[in-house]
Amino acid sequence: MTVSPVDKVDMLRFATAGSVDDGKSTLIGRLLYDTKSLFTDQLEAVEAVSAARGDEYTNLALLTDGLRAEREQGITIDVAYRYFATPRRKFIIGDTPGHIQYTRNMVTGASTADLAIILVDARKGLVEQSRRHAFLCSLLRVPHLVLCVNKMDLVDYSQEVFDAIADEFASFAAKLDAPDLTAIPVSALNGDNIVGRSDKMPWYEGPSLLHHLEHVHIASDRNLVDVRFPVQYVIRPQSSAVLDYRGYAGQVASGVLKPGDEVLVLPSGLTTRIAGIDTADGPVDEAFPPMSVTVRLEDEIDIARGDLICRPHNAPAVAQDIEAMVCWMDESAPLSVGGKYAIKHTTRSVRGIVKALHYRLDINTLHRDEAASSLGLNEIGRIRLRTTQPLLVDEYRRNRTTGGFIIIDEVTNRTVGAGMIVAAS
Amino acid sequence: MGQTNAAYRISHLDALEAESVFVMREVAAEFERPVLLFSGGKDSIVMLRLAEKAFHPGRIPFPVMHVDTGHNFPEVLEYRDRRVAELGVQLVIASVPEALERGLVREPADGTRNRIQTPVLLDAVEKYRFDALFGGARRDEEKARAKERVFSFRDEFGQWDPRNQRPELWSLYNSKISPGESIRVFPLSNWTELDIWHYIARERIDLPSIYFAHDREVVDRGGMLYGVNEFIRPRAGETVTKRRVRYRTVGDASMTAAVPSEADTVEKVIDEVASTRITERGATRGDDKVSEAAMEDRKREGYF
Repeated sequence: MTVSPVDKVDMLRFATAGSVDDGKSTLIGRLLYDTKSLFTDQLEAVEAVSAARGDEYTNLALLTDGLRAEREQGITIDVAYRYFATPRRKFIIGDTPGHIQYTRNMVTGASTADLAIILVDARKGLVEQSRRHAFLCSLLRVPHLVLCVNKMDLVDYSQEVFDAIADEFASFAAKLDAPDLTAIPVSALNGDNIVGRSDKMPWYEGPSLLHHLEHVHIASDRNLVDVRFPVQYVIRPQSSAVLDYRGYAGQVASGVLKPGDEVLVLPSGLTTRIAGIDTADGPVDEAFPPMSVTVRLEDEIDIARGDLICRPHNAPAVAQDIEAMVCWMDESAPLSVGGKYAIKHTTRSVRGIVKALHYRLDINTLHRDEAASSLGLNEIGRIRLRTTQPLLVDEYRRNRTTGGFIIIDEVTNRTVGAGMIVAAS
Repeated sequence: MGQTNAAYRISHLDALEAESVFVMREVAAEFERPVLLFSGGKDSIVMLRLAEKAFHPGRIPFPVMHVDTGHNFPEVLEYRDRRVAELGVQLVIASVPEALERGLVREPADGTRNRIQTPVLLDAVEKYRFDALFGGARRDEEKARAKERVFSFRDEFGQWDPRNQRPELWSLYNSKISPGESIRVFPLSNWTELDIWHYIARERIDLPSIYFAHDREVVDRGGMLYGVNEFIRPRAGETVTKRRVRYRTVGDASMTAAVPSEADTVEKVIDEVASTRITERGATRGDDKVSEAAMEDRKREGYF
């Protein structure tokens, strides 16, 4: 195996979704196996367990179901992250559960994904869970969607079956504002159209799954227009070697920062210029997402963690009243109007109160239930939130970093909800 | 705009570094008493470099802790002390021999101390009231680790509950805990063994010499090559042979095996790691072979 120069390889994060038994874990096992990313000791362990359980074939799902309970029950409970690389790209897979009671874990996996694979069993076609996952992917603004119609071997590699499912999905996705959609017929078990093109489906002229994953264009998914730099940590060494150093460390959420740029600091509203952008490897001429850097400013102004650096004529909203879609993730207590929670948004933590629940969304029919008064586990709805201090926010559809927040229960300290900002006032 | 997006590419190694630096700064900002666990192995060595970068030009704002089983490779201890002195960080040692002496733990019959590390670690966490512990674990190491969050919540007994993990969305890490509870933080979650070696090469990080091929007296035990040292003595029927080996992981010297290797430079190690068909744990750790869920079970008890 030859190793590509490491500086030429970029990274794609993708999530796999789909209903139970649609073969997600088998698909991942197949991708790992066919890209030679599986190790013999892992494979031998899986073969031994498969044989002991009396499985007819080596159960590649055992590679990803890493927990005792998952292996006992044969289901995926939580997200597993897997890694493989080709000379062109490095991949992080978030293998997310299909079971409805673990929808929150699917949301977890999709929140950082550049692409999501929605797996459908060719014999069953689209089921409730396929639609639900497609909707969740669009809600979380996963930029690229791939519909993998799996188990094509069980429908005689029929083009009619594939076309019908792909068409149905495309018309459903059109309602969802899914930006980029590709459909691929595969057999994860046999490896058809996974790494190479399959000769069993000569009618299919598109790329194999791996080819698509290697070539899908993700560079333009990043927002390079709106400068957003949430201040994460103030670096102020007490050292004679670097007297009077004061730098604002953080990860660029979006936009491009350059020394000399005029910047606006929120929430203070003061303007100044970037004096320099530092890294441990020396100063840089520009910083863009997802770089972690340290920004020095020309003027001494009081800036703390939770503040945000942007450009004077392109600022996020400074808002205490926020409209958001929320996915509720807690089984012990529902979200209810009047509930008070801790909110974490970028590097800022505040308290918030739910002022209104506008509706609960039925994610199967997309029907809005305006009579709903609470959101239970895995339910999604639109709320109005008022916070104790202003947040520096953008719409989630424009900026995943400044548009997303988590809701934390102040008693249990658990992360109980994921919020996506729709509007602020 | 003027420029195309293509000008703003970032390599995967830079993206991983940026993510790890973000995680470290997040912990330093939100916790009272973080500590970085340092074994002298390659992953914790990379973590130290990332910590150095995250707070540059300031110093690393937390101490480093070595859970010392007393079964050490001398090269690793020498490295630990040198590196800690260079960085000017405080070193805390949680000592298993000392814990044996005061009766906190008892020596297991098989003489290996992996399992009794856990109470010693938890004792030190309680004593120093550490609330966030950086570990160098990677998700590619093992199937239970593949399931773990970057911020992994532990209760007051240090226990991990894999079925009841906090959802982890975007890069919004929940650092809220009650007194006695802690978070294990894994900044290297998304790195693979090969990424670690590429990074070591790029950053020209020096490592304990045992990571590179050298001649060593070994015994073959169940297909694994254990270096003969004061903790591993040939058993009846075993023959000692001199082999050219290197270590892929650095753990307890009584149970970490070496692999046959000619790789005596970082570049050669990268070639070797890129072409190997055996995981590093499978090749070198006796402890993970105990059962199908050995790692998960140990993590539930408070281990990493």
